[in-house]
Amino acid sequence: MCEIIVITSGKGGVGKTTTTANIGVGLAIRGNRVALIDTDTGLRNLDLLLGLENRIMYDLVDVTSGRVPYKKALVRHKKYETLYLLPTSQIRDKSSVNPEQLISLCEEMKKEFEYIIIDCPAGIEQGFKTAIAAADQAIVVTMPEISAVRDADKIIGELGRADKQNIKLIVNRMRYQMSEKGDMLGIEDINEILSIECIGIVPDDEAVITSTNKGDPVINMEKSIAGQAYRNIVGRICGESIPFLKPPKEGFFSKLKRLFGVL
Amino acid sequence: MFDVLMKIFGKSEKKSGEIAKERLKLVLIQDRASVSPEVMDKLKNEILNVILKYMDVNKSGVEITLANDSDSVALVANIPVESVHHSPK
Ligand SMILES: Nc1ncnc2c1ncn2[C@@H]1O[C@H](COP(=O)(O)OP(=O)(O)OP(=O)(O)O)[C@@H](O)[C@H]1O
Ligand SMILES: [Mg+2]
Repeated sequence: MCEIIVITSGKGGVGKTTTTANIGVGLAIRGNRVALIDTDTGLRNLDLLLGLENRIMYDLVDVTSGRVPYKKALVRHKKYETLYLLPTSQIRDKSSVNPEQLISLCEEMKKEFEYIIIDCPAGIEQGFKTAIAAADQAIVVTMPEISAVRDADKIIGELGRADKQNIKLIVNRMRYQMSEKGDMLGIEDINEILSIECIGIVPDDEAVITSTNKGDPVINMEKSIAGQAYRNIVGRICGESIPFLKPPKEGFFSKLKRLFGVL
Repeated sequence: MFDVLMKIFGKSEKKSGEIAKERLKLVLIQDRASVSPEVMDKLKNEILNVILKYMDVNKSGVEITLANDSDSVALVANIPVESVHHSPK
């Protein structure tokens, strides 16, 4: 059985590609055969997050246009050997892949993989419609920020109209200190407003950036809290019931400093 | 200094997170209604069917919309009445 999951958000820059890379690596570490499809035409990034940028020969458009079979375009990860990337094309035309092409590609790939994860471009135009077409599950990524939540709501509506029933939420870049002070939307607020099942809260964490620099997703960093959050998310995707991480406690001194307005 | 005292004694203004939540709730009412005009149409027809039991109205003059205030959204219906029945149909 193969699960096809699209990672989407509406708003740009909220963490779709980061989420795709981490979930992909996490599922592969557990021994699953995983294919990641980057559908963000013209803005290739997923290869960089995985450290695969120098090994790309063919791309998604080469495959959908029939120039090469998909197996030839897949890049296999050396460290996570059951993880494969189908890179996006660098051409400018966003409509170069249509929904039917992606559906038939996934139909073919299904036989070889346990998971196919699709990284969706920002927006709700053609690229979004193509990215969601083949998926039987959607993960909506948002941030505790008013415009990101609004766009997530829009996307949830669009997914519903496209008849996608299985929709989950990930709240990325959570800053617990700010939400505890009341200076940011809290998880309860977001859950109340969007009312879809939340499968993970990923803290804002510098380790996400340093791991991106190195091309090895943060899920592999033992000590990072974002890494732990992603490991939990992967467990939940695999059907385990894992309690949510407790917000890290604010230290006494930082509380004092905050009280006196130093911070 | 005054700021610090205000913080310590907790004389609080509304927090920005709470403001965000309230604004978001209002804007989503409009967003959700505007992307699905079919839903508003369905609502309009169902309301009309109820009203027609009690009175005759000018169907083509019916308007049902969402109206915004700065801190609330209202469902506003303008339904021209032509006559009222003696008893409900
Ligand atoms: N939890 C996090 N903590 C800190 N930084 C993060 C976190 N998640 C993502 N970022 C950073 O935010 C930026 C945007 O992330 P990413 O590229 O994954 O977003 P995206 O939704 O794919 O963007 P786009 O819409 O452009 O495709 C990156 O620089 C990434 O390193
Ligand atoms: Mg991206």
